[in-house]
Amino acid sequence: MLRIDCPWCGPRDMVEFTYVGDGTLRRPEIGAEDGHFDYVYLRDNPKGPHVEIWRHGVGCRRHVAVTRDTATHEMLATGKPGEGAS
Amino acid sequence: MTGQTNRLQEGGRIDRAQRLSFTFDGATMTGYAGDTLASALLANGVSLVARSFKYHRPRGIFSAGPEEPNALVRLRGGERVEPNTRATMIPLYDGLVAESQNRWPSLGLDLQAANQLIARFIPAGFYYKTFMGPWSNTKLWMRFEHAIRRAAGMGAGTHAPDPDDYDKMSAHCEVLVIGGGPAGLAAARAAAASGLRVVLVDEREEFGGRLLFDREEIDGAHASHWLAEQTAALEAAPNVRLLSRTTAFGYYDQNMVACVERVSDHLIEPPPHRPRQRLWTIRAKEVVLATGAIEQPLVFADNDRPGVMLAGAARAYVNHYGVLPGRKVVVATNNDDAYRSAIDLHDAGASIESIIDVRPGGAGALAAAAKERGINVLRGYAPVKVQGRRKVRRLAILKLDADGKPTGAQRAADCDLVLVSGGWQPTLHLSSQTGAKAMWDAEKGCFLPGPPRQRERSAGACAGGFMLAECLAQGHAAGLEAAEAAGAVRPELEAPRAAAVAEKPTRLYWECPEPINTPGKKFVDHQDDVTASDVRLAHREGYVSVEHLKRYTTLGMGTDQGKTSNIPGFAIMAKARGVEIGATGTTTFRPPYTPVALGALAGPEVGEHYMPLRRTPMDSWHVERGCEWIDAGLWRRPRYYPAHDGESLFDAYIRETKAVRGAVGLCDVTTLGKIDIQGPDAGEFLNRLYINGWKALPVGKARYGLMLREDGVVLDDGTTSRLGEHHYLMTTTTANAVRIMAWIDYHLQVVWPDLKVKATSVTEQWAAMAVAGPTARRLLEPVIDRDLSNEAFPFMAAGPCRLLGGEEGAAPIPGRLFRISFSGELAYELNVPADYGHEAWERLMAAGAPYDVVPYGMEALGNMRIEKGHVAGPELDGRTTADDLGLGRMMSSKKDFIGARLARREDLVRPDRKQFVGLVPVDGRTALKQGAQLVAKDAPATAGTLAAGGTPIRMEGHVTSTGFSPELGHPIALGLVGRGRERLGEELSMRYPLRDLTVPVRIVDPVFIDAEGKRVHG
Amino acid sequence: MGEYSVWSVLRGGLTGQTHWKRAWRDPDPKPAYDAIIVGGGGHGLATAFYLAKLHGMTNIAVLEKGWVGGGNTGRNTTIVRSNYMLEGNAHFYEKSLQLWEGLSQELNYNVMFSQRGVLNLAHSDAQMDGYARRGNAMRLNGIDAELLTREQVRAWAPMCDFSERARFPIHGGLLQPRGGTARHDAVAWGFARAADRLGVDIIQNCEVTGIDVVEGRVTGVQTSRGPIKAKKVGLAVAGHTTQLAQMAGLRLPIESHLLQAMVSEPLKPWIDCVVTFGAGHFYISQSDKGGLVFGGDLDGYNSFAQRGNLPMVEHVVQCGVALMPSLKRLRLLRHWGGVMDMTMDGSPIIGKTPVEGLYLNGGWCYGGFKATPGSGWVFAYTMAQDRPHELNAALSLDRFERGAVLDERGAGPTPGWH
Repeated sequence: MLRIDCPWCGPRDMVEFTYVGDGTLRRPEIGAEDGHFDYVYLRDNPKGPHVEIWRHGVGCRRHVAVTRDTATHEMLATGKPGEGAS
Repeated sequence: MTGQTNRLQEGGRIDRAQRLSFTFDGATMTGYAGDTLASALLANGVSLVARSFKYHRPRGIFSAGPEEPNALVRLRGGERVEPNTRATMIPLYDGLVAESQNRWPSLGLDLQAANQLIARFIPAGFYYKTFMGPWSNTKLWMRFEHAIRRAAGMGAGTHAPDPDDYDKMSAHCEVLVIGGGPAGLAAARAAAASGLRVVLVDEREEFGGRLLFDREEIDGAHASHWLAEQTAALEAAPNVRLLSRTTAFGYYDQNMVACVERVSDHLIEPPPHRPRQRLWTIRAKEVVLATGAIEQPLVFADNDRPGVMLAGAARAYVNHYGVLPGRKVVVATNNDDAYRSAIDLHDAGASIESIIDVRPGGAGALAAAAKERGINVLRGYAPVKVQGRRKVRRLAILKLDADGKPTGAQRAADCDLVLVSGGWQPTLHLSSQTGAKAMWDAEKGCFLPGPPRQRERSAGACAGGFMLAECLAQGHAAGLEAAEAAGAVRPELEAPRAAAVAEKPTRLYWECPEPINTPGKKFVDHQDDVTASDVRLAHREGYVSVEHLKRYTTLGMGTDQGKTSNIPGFAIMAKARGVEIGATGTTTFRPPYTPVALGALAGPEVGEHYMPLRRTPMDSWHVERGCEWIDAGLWRRPRYYPAHDGESLFDAYIRETKAVRGAVGLCDVTTLGKIDIQGPDAGEFLNRLYINGWKALPVGKARYGLMLREDGVVLDDGTTSRLGEHHYLMTTTTANAVRIMAWIDYHLQVVWPDLKVKATSVTEQWAAMAVAGPTARRLLEPVIDRDLSNEAFPFMAAGPCRLLGGEEGAAPIPGRLFRISFSGELAYELNVPADYGHEAWERLMAAGAPYDVVPYGMEALGNMRIEKGHVAGPELDGRTTADDLGLGRMMSSKKDFIGARLARREDLVRPDRKQFVGLVPVDGRTALKQGAQLVAKDAPATAGTLAAGGTPIRMEGHVTSTGFSPELGHPIALGLVGRGRERLGEELSMRYPLRDLTVPVRIVDPVFIDAEGKRVHG
Repeated sequence: MGEYSVWSVLRGGLTGQTHWKRAWRDPDPKPAYDAIIVGGGGHGLATAFYLAKLHGMTNIAVLEKGWVGGGNTGRNTTIVRSNYMLEGNAHFYEKSLQLWEGLSQELNYNVMFSQRGVLNLAHSDAQMDGYARRGNAMRLNGIDAELLTREQVRAWAPMCDFSERARFPIHGGLLQPRGGTARHDAVAWGFARAADRLGVDIIQNCEVTGIDVVEGRVTGVQTSRGPIKAKKVGLAVAGHTTQLAQMAGLRLPIESHLLQAMVSEPLKPWIDCVVTFGAGHFYISQSDKGGLVFGGDLDGYNSFAQRGNLPMVEHVVQCGVALMPSLKRLRLLRHWGGVMDMTMDGSPIIGKTPVEGLYLNGGWCYGGFKATPGSGWVFAYTMAQDRPHELNAALSLDRFERGAVLDERGAGPTPGWH
């Protein structure tokens, strides 16, 4: 069972979180004409370290940026979204 | 009764004072407390206990532990029946009932044993080559399958619900030790000395592991002294939790180990308020695996007969259970350890005919101990065939030459018990589950744990340290290391000691030669009846990878998952391929290590605790009123309120519809999602979320909004009100309440963290009720403390209010009032704090009495929104665009919003997309059906399939929602039709082939009544 | 080697079953082929078989990283059905189902296709209406479907909770009688043997490490056993599609997710059809060996680990017990995980790519097994003709850019929600 070190609450079991998705995606600025298709549809989907967003829904309700190895499930780092996982 | 013919006069750890009665296949027998069903059956001289999977061969008790492949019984009965239960792991209790399985009519006379006669025609995988027939269909196969399914399976389950309860517990500790044998105890003792939290789990009834079964000495005394001392010390230690009867079955990510504790399985039924089993999920900083090893058998003809037993198991029956499983014994081995069994059985009074040792050089130090007892040892011999059908009578043997080939004449020895040992294999299940790849050790002849992938280490037999001295030393070291790794100061502690014994290496030899003139099946997997020739057949046909071998022959696919068959099977395959076992690798170990009751995994969240029902604050009022319910996600909502017993659904909702349209009605709308949004950028945020503009919305006003997903498809709709300069209240549909909250959180925290906005769900904080109908204002005026005139509180107004009324002197209830309408009538929605919901509802009902107010349910609510052509769930099906729904004009061109760009993709703006329309039956009478499809009015009656070159019937649209308008006096419906808006007045055919229904329909405008929308302004 | 038949097995019985030869050869890779299919699972092997059988392309190879059928072909819950609502899916899956119906004979290998019926349970009127919409669409597309009442469901699946206590009472269900289950491993082996007999080289333990593209055209692949030239390369590596496509410079609308499956101890016949729960994540059937095979939802996060975690197992079992309370006493024998290519609309991708000569077959989400023969059939057509067949035209890669998605669930572009 995965364990995520929430930057606000400390280490918690995965059951408290919901997976949101790829944390490297950047939405085009409001008003931008391009980039929406790539943002919504295309993924790097790495086998290995993956930066991803989890939502601590049964906790602080904040989003957490997690770096996790998708091949082994090893947790490599957690941090606040946007600040980059540390 | 004196049926326990094989019970020793003394010895063992059973309690002879507690005699227990049990039945097997209807025969009553006795045993003692401390027995397992297997030991008690052996004590009573029962050797035939089961029939095998495929050939229905007679089978006996093969092991004394969780690896048992043969002795599976149907335990208990009725709704508590447990098929496929291993007799070796069932603690005996008074009144135990068990029966044999997979036999008909009886265990002794099993007619399906006729399969043995045709065995040569049904080798591994025969079913892949037969039962097909030349015709291109599945009929012939399915007829065979019917018979095969009945013959296969093992035990029979029941459809009766299990009456027992299951529990779940979570635990955290610094050091988790799995396995309570000598290594595990030494590890727990060492780790506990650090003061850290230690948990020790063991699958058996008591701690000790092999110490319970072997005659060994620790620190100069009988091991039982050390065992008692250590168990007592650990029990007394405040930082140690001991869990016996607890199987660690799965090793998951970040050092989480799942265990199942059999709380009440040693009892006839769980005591009141006690669970049958408990699932433990234990999160440990460090784990010590001390899971021991499993003895492997040898492979020779008819090696599956009752009376053939693992050597270590026989020793367990003698030493622990005081049962002598045979009197004339032959021991066949490829290693030293089996000599201990010969010695122990000899000392317990059995006659050891001989030890057949496949090694030309025989054993190490134990050979002398055998010799002292006059035990005949035949070195360089192999067992080749068991004689006797239901029970072992003789064992035939052959001498081996230097290459392991048979030589000389076949000899046979009389016996009633054949002990076999193919050496011990570390129990690698848990370590392998972490992803650590097992590594072959050619010297020890076994797979060892691979480099750790998690914070764990293996100690003792599961790390290849099979001797007691190694177990103690490795366990001690592992315990210290784990404590240190978990952050403690390494404790100063002496390791427990046992004498080392000089042993000779195990010979990597499992499959013995064919017997001369008397062939027999050489079983590799006893449970699934896989033989050595099946393995060779797989090789011949190219199924040579271990995974292909397993899948083609079913080797290791039984309930024991190959605990005593994989290694011999892999060895035979390796030999056929001419490679080392290490080169073949091993199959992946999947959790659970041993089978786990599904009830334990489900835990207590079953029945009404499975996704518990959500009730609104007015729920009890609806109950008292006798409403009929309808599920809305996890909520229940009144569907309608029957006016009298037996009023039909249709009559009731038509009555409620008329009442609302004619006077006034009250509806519980609490379940709608409510999200409180505040902050200086709240308006900007709403502008980005919704397709329409929000910046011009004044305080005190509500607006209908529509949201898209990023891909341009409609996500949700609802009204949002501006309660203050920087304060909005958003409503969502009931179904999407949680999703929209998460959507908002994500955008505020991750996408646009610069926006100064906070949002929180207040769905549960507010009770909500709609007051709708032409007399709604008159109902409210006396009880609402604000001016409700059109001028002061027009359509789409929103603001705070207080609800008066109630009993004499009752305090006003603070709330919020919104003049919004789903029904199309003059309507208000009142929100009050949830705790006041019930009271507020009653006040409104009382205030409405002079106006004949009626409560109305979901059916009437839905019917009225259909009359008004409002979209709802069936139209918002995740595939429709704003324009499809006729709401395209809401999309603001002055601002950007979520979904704006991708909504412009070519397929989403195709002019022939399905568009939202109204539908009426051409005959003005026939009810329309939700889920029906719409086709051309002259479409053919029957469809072909495109895949077979036929012509399907083209679907032009479908019916989404249906109702009946009392005002119009005919059925109405909403639907989506290709180019629908251009086609008003056209006829289509409504098809519902599932019920053979065809109804001509006409496309009409989706707003059926009050098209100008006058009433809401009334 | 000869044909498989009852006679050959009987003859083997008299000669110790020693006359059997390898089911397929074990050739070394040649330096060049007319076409290469990457991935020796059901889809890749089926593609090779139909290329050889229907399109005359026999100088072709299937390259498999490990052992054939070792990916999702050997890990799924073996359900076969064509109960789709959207036309782009329905016709394709129905083609596949029709191929299943004659597959054992076509391959001369019993894949044990058992048309025992697939039953989706409904627990509300709205759900019944949703199923009716799908069932009516199926019927108008010429596909079998029946809408069952609660009492009819009871006859099909008596172990379900029909009591007053049921948290989500059963209202009825949608049945596809021609749906069912098949023996997953046998599908891979049967296609491998049949393709091999037509001359296809099936090369195991041969991992593709690079795709050679020159001026926008495929010229061959790099493998752990050396470079191999080919003008056409088809990818059929669901689970790792993005990894392989990346070798040709493509970024795809796919995430790899983890799906777990479970099997109980073997039992005498307990359930005779495939049942899916409509109020939670749970579906179940029984293998011919007797094990109850069941599964549920994705674990929910990207993963290539092929092993899952306990919370999803607990959740699936809870759903199972909610539907069938008698499951509690039965025991879980194994649970395992597979890697699912989850696309952004929940439907697969079969067709051409922007790289000439490179073809894509992937994105099977968790529904690839049932598509195996159909997928091979249309993919072979697409590779041989260099254009999609009308049955897979809607499954093209460019549908996402056009907005022509095939979203059966209406869940939108979030892979984990399909």
